[in-house]
Amino acid sequence: MTVLAEISKGETLETTLNPVSRMDLIKYSGSSGDFNPIHTIDEEAKKAGLPGIIAHGMWTMGNLSKLFTPYYEEGFIKDYNIRFSGMVFLGDVVTLKAEVVDKVDQSLIFEVRATNQHQKDVVKGKVIFELY
Amino acid sequence: MYSEYIGLTSNKVKSVVERELVRRFAESIGDNHPIYTDENIGKQSRYGANIAPPTFPRVLRSGTIEGLKLPLKGLIHGEQIYHYERPLLVGEEVICYSKIEDYYEKEGSTGKMGFLKMKRYGEDNDGRLIFTEESITIITETVRRSLNV
Repeated sequence: MTVLAEISKGETLETTLNPVSRMDLIKYSGSSGDFNPIHTIDEEAKKAGLPGIIAHGMWTMGNLSKLFTPYYEEGFIKDYNIRFSGMVFLGDVVTLKAEVVDKVDQSLIFEVRATNQHQKDVVKGKVIFELY
Repeated sequence: MYSEYIGLTSNKVKSVVERELVRRFAESIGDNHPIYTDENIGKQSRYGANIAPPTFPRVLRSGTIEGLKLPLKGLIHGEQIYHYERPLLVGEEVICYSKIEDYYEKEGSTGKMGFLKMKRYGEDNDGRLIFTEESITIITETVRRSLNV
């Protein structure tokens, strides 16, 4: 599907990412400027009481937004709300999903979520994609 | 107590949405769409330029809020909320500032949890709003005690 305007309620955009690697998180630390070491250095994560390094919540949120990138000629992300509900660890396989829950005038309202390989939500929220 | 900080606003800081930073940011979230990086695709698009991914504004600087004391460790990122009037364009200047919007507490399993709501505003050179970026940070009781706030 290349035209988002024709999407109907209940339809989804979906993709699954490669297993999370340390390099993914090192790169995101560099590009975002968030160098909190719990995302890259095992000992620091353990000191913080975690079983191992965890992905930046914003890394997952950033990934999730790419479901909408192919449609920038038709509209743009007007609102994007996320609640961080679970941690993402090294090797986790994250699936990104956006489901149309409503259409109001020029707004497509999506429920968005990222789930891990145990089908647990790690981030969840809403996107309002505004059509031109 | 953080509720005293409600309403505090930072000074304004001007930044440029730099092409190389956008390229690296898009790559780091695995989004290789040419609308972010290919100059010709940008020119031909309805925006007439490349754009930045929606979560990019965290990279931009905003001024510091005088007097705000936050721990360096132990903060939990609870929620993140973006609102856009239009996409952010590569190469444009943005003026950013932050404001403490709210602070409230809730009883949790590990004691009283504090919720600090900070909002960032991004405006163009004429003062028109481009985006807002809101973060809700959770501060646990243990962390607050260690800071005496």
